[in-house]
Amino acid sequence: MACNLTPLISPQALEPHISAQIMTLHHTKHHQTYITNLNAALGKLSTAVSTSDITTQVALQPAIRFNAGGHINHSLFWLNLSPPSSPDAKSSAAPQLTSAINKKWGDMETFKSAFNTQLLGIQGSGWGWLVKEEGKNDLRIMTTKDQDPVVEAGLVPVFGVDMWEHAYYLQYNNVKADYVKEIWSVINWKVAEERFLGAQKNAFGMLKASM
Amino acid sequence: MASTMLRTSALRSTIRATPTVASKRARLAGVSFVRGKATLPDLPYDYGALEPAINGKIMELHHSKHHNTYVTSYNQAIEKLQEAQQAQDIAGQIALKPLINFHGGGHINHTLFWENLAPKNQGGGEPPSGSLSKAIDGSFGSLDAMKQKFNTALAGIQGSGWAWLVQDTQTGSISIKTYANQDPVVGQFRPILGIDAWEHAYYLQYQNRKAEYFSAVWDVVNWKAAEKRFK
Repeated sequence: MACNLTPLISPQALEPHISAQIMTLHHTKHHQTYITNLNAALGKLSTAVSTSDITTQVALQPAIRFNAGGHINHSLFWLNLSPPSSPDAKSSAAPQLTSAINKKWGDMETFKSAFNTQLLGIQGSGWGWLVKEEGKNDLRIMTTKDQDPVVEAGLVPVFGVDMWEHAYYLQYNNVKADYVKEIWSVINWKVAEERFLGAQKNAFGMLKASM
Repeated sequence: MASTMLRTSALRSTIRATPTVASKRARLAGVSFVRGKATLPDLPYDYGALEPAINGKIMELHHSKHHNTYVTSYNQAIEKLQEAQQAQDIAGQIALKPLINFHGGGHINHTLFWENLAPKNQGGGEPPSGSLSKAIDGSFGSLDAMKQKFNTALAGIQGSGWAWLVQDTQTGSISIKTYANQDPVVGQFRPILGIDAWEHAYYLQYQNRKAEYFSAVWDVVNWKAAEKRFK
């Protein structure tokens, strides 16, 4: 069973905050490459399993983690972005999440500032995440390196921000602080609210749909 | 040739401390720790000189923005380290290690990188000779076989990082190693030749087609600089 790339609504949808050129390359090239390489690695794994080749199964793990992580992260990312003019791009679309954020950080601006500091502190490629522990309303900010996904038991990724240079370089060049500032105009708070209120398996539901 | 060598040695000296400004400031402030500040080295060629392999816009941003940020942030981290040392705050000193590794590494890596690149009319792409050439043939069979293995290593980096031709300081043998993010080649291995595989090193020109960048960069590799590093 192979994974497929789910289409985006429109590459222009996030302008002017993220350019159509970035979105097109990011989706049809970068995300597609993770999927292609994941399917190749899973094919090899399937053969290694059927031939009881344990060493090959283990040797494939880094490629599976990296490429599956890339597929998972980007799938979550596209969904937690919204055209800036949509009501979904306002934090009012996430009343319960907003209340939990205010409880934890005092107010939305303090939270955003704390999130941005984490994003800008990533040394190399990686992601920033707002994460909830399943069954609790407690939130925390996490960063993951390269394409490591947030898949630990009980952790629900509420939304993620891609800090790989390919996510912003064509538009923002080295000024990643501007990208980090602009991203808040296109966060999909409606999706964030749904993930916040749901379990981990709900957040990852779209992965099954991509098979 | 002579001018190239002069510029090269000037570039290398920037990795060492340049004590003037900072030591004056240190004396004025009555600080007993005297040290120099890292400074951004001038490139030994114009930003556009590596075209078409690497375009001028990439070189300008890479040198004047990215490398400069590593230099500035490294100096800030060292200032904090000095404060922690003065305060005998050992935990504070250790906590600064990742910043010093990242920004100090970024400064070292880029300084070595600029030096091991050269425009075609200044010897870029001309194959190595002498003992380094023999070592490459001995370890890899041929220069082309080495480049192929090097490009495979570059393509396999998961995230940001560098690939290096390194020399083992214990055995003298050479090999290809990749390093994550800005981890520099220190300790047992000596850097001979480095290629930057961060997306900022190629994205404006090659976008996601990084294999094309890895293939083109050999046209501007300065093997003379690599030979000088090889012992």
